[in-house]
Amino acid sequence: MSMIEIEGLNVWFGHGPDRVDAVRGASFSVARGESFGLVGESGSGKSTILRAITGLAPDWSGRVDIDGQALAGGKRDRAFFRKVQMVFQDPYASLHPRHSVDQVLSETLHLHGIPDIDARVRSLLDDVGLGGRFRFRYPHQLSGGQRQRVAIARALAGEPEILLLDEPTSALDVSVQAEILNLLTDLRAEHGLTYLMVSHDLPVIGHMCDRLAVMKSGEIVEVMDVGALRAMRAEHEYTRDLLAASVAPGPHSA
Amino acid sequence: MNLLDVENLWVKFPTRQGVVEAVRGISFSLGRERLGIVGESGSGKSMTGRAILRLIRPPGMIEADRIALEGQNLLDLSEKDMRTVRGERISMVMQDPKFSLNPVMRVGDQIMEAYLLHNKVGKAEARKRSLEMLDAVSIRDPERVMRAYPHEVSGGMGQRIMIAMMLIPNPQILIADEPTSALDVSVQRQVLNIMDDLVKQRGMGLIFISHDLNLVSEFCDRVLIMYAGRIVEVCDADKLHQATHPYTRGLLNSLPRLDQPRAKLEVLSRDPAWSEAPSVGGRA
Repeated sequence: MSMIEIEGLNVWFGHGPDRVDAVRGASFSVARGESFGLVGESGSGKSTILRAITGLAPDWSGRVDIDGQALAGGKRDRAFFRKVQMVFQDPYASLHPRHSVDQVLSETLHLHGIPDIDARVRSLLDDVGLGGRFRFRYPHQLSGGQRQRVAIARALAGEPEILLLDEPTSALDVSVQAEILNLLTDLRAEHGLTYLMVSHDLPVIGHMCDRLAVMKSGEIVEVMDVGALRAMRAEHEYTRDLLAASVAPGPHSA
Repeated sequence: MNLLDVENLWVKFPTRQGVVEAVRGISFSLGRERLGIVGESGSGKSMTGRAILRLIRPPGMIEADRIALEGQNLLDLSEKDMRTVRGERISMVMQDPKFSLNPVMRVGDQIMEAYLLHNKVGKAEARKRSLEMLDAVSIRDPERVMRAYPHEVSGGMGQRIMIAMMLIPNPQILIADEPTSALDVSVQRQVLNIMDDLVKQRGMGLIFISHDLNLVSEFCDRVLIMYAGRIVEVCDADKLHQATHPYTRGLLNSLPRLDQPRAKLEVLSRDPAWSEAPSVGGRA
């Protein structure tokens, strides 16, 4: 059975003449344990889909099923957040600057109603490769990669089954990006997680995902598997352009 | 003679914990070529670009044996003389057009201001030149864009406006600090091609600062690779993929590639010796 099932999803912002349709008629499904990518340029609506799933974009219509259960409106219950968690793009903005790593994680564990917080914080930090030394540090004492590890630990706190990853490495250096992507690969294998990952970087999606959907101005233009992506077998013209922009040699001809 | 000659450049910031050395004694030269500077965040690449224009604010310090623009040492100039160098002889395109354009001034007025500051001409002439320049950076409707405010244009268009503004005084050197990092891949190429054409046509020197190795290898002639404030390797851009320094190799290998699927990406293991090793000279 599919873990995420989306059919005819429309998301809009504003109303009346100011209404902007950010996502129009998007449909795809992600199997349990699969890693699914959403690619497209900025403004194509890829992050908006994640936001609609988590309830951060309350104006939507269509059908979104998470593990067989239909979502409605912009409210999500606790059970939902135990199952679905999100990692945001910018680790500099997504951590509270005056909360230590320990506070961030224990508060999350407390909210999920998980007992034995002390031991869990330690094991979470080990899980994301940080270890106990980082437990009482504040975000400004951490590098970008370390912050993103904390954000991932926070997402994992409630032992979710689905991680929504919104450009998790685009604010990071390539060397750090490799570490975070490896960590995400390991965590998926260990915990049997399902990933829905948004990125504008085709090689990153190619590395992380099994299948992907290509978006352009709010619509999904193509759903393909990674084999087709690697073989450059794109059906839609826009995907071909995107592929060309990602791998083609630049203006070095002269 | 080289357009620009930098010898033993240091950038230091005194802090409570002691002096932080962002750039540690690098030397390089720039001819009429496209020189790439790559490195991770914190490697000192942006600081190098800013130091050339003396744009580092106190308490930050710039020290160098010389930073010579066509034989003239920029460090000897007064702040007033330096202002005529900035823009007119060396100009700089920054990373994000959202922050480098004045949000409360129409685009046209900003471009005209750049031209009028360096040329004694009338407004009508400045306007004509601005329209030509916007046309040169492939803006389709320059009349409308002249009247627009920065928030009314897209990121790619904003960056092209920045390039137009920086090139209108006809500088000899353009320093582009991550000019396309805030843009989408599809727009990136377009902006780079425009910049490349203009730089070539005018026979300018270009310093292209980026963290993107592939972009630099395609776009530049020569590349300096910086690590911890020093240059660890210098190579021809098209031979970047045959680079020998373990740091450069590590950076290249840590990139996921569509044509070479791997289960695990290679992770860079840093050797403390890299930051201790003396800087490699970047002279052509």
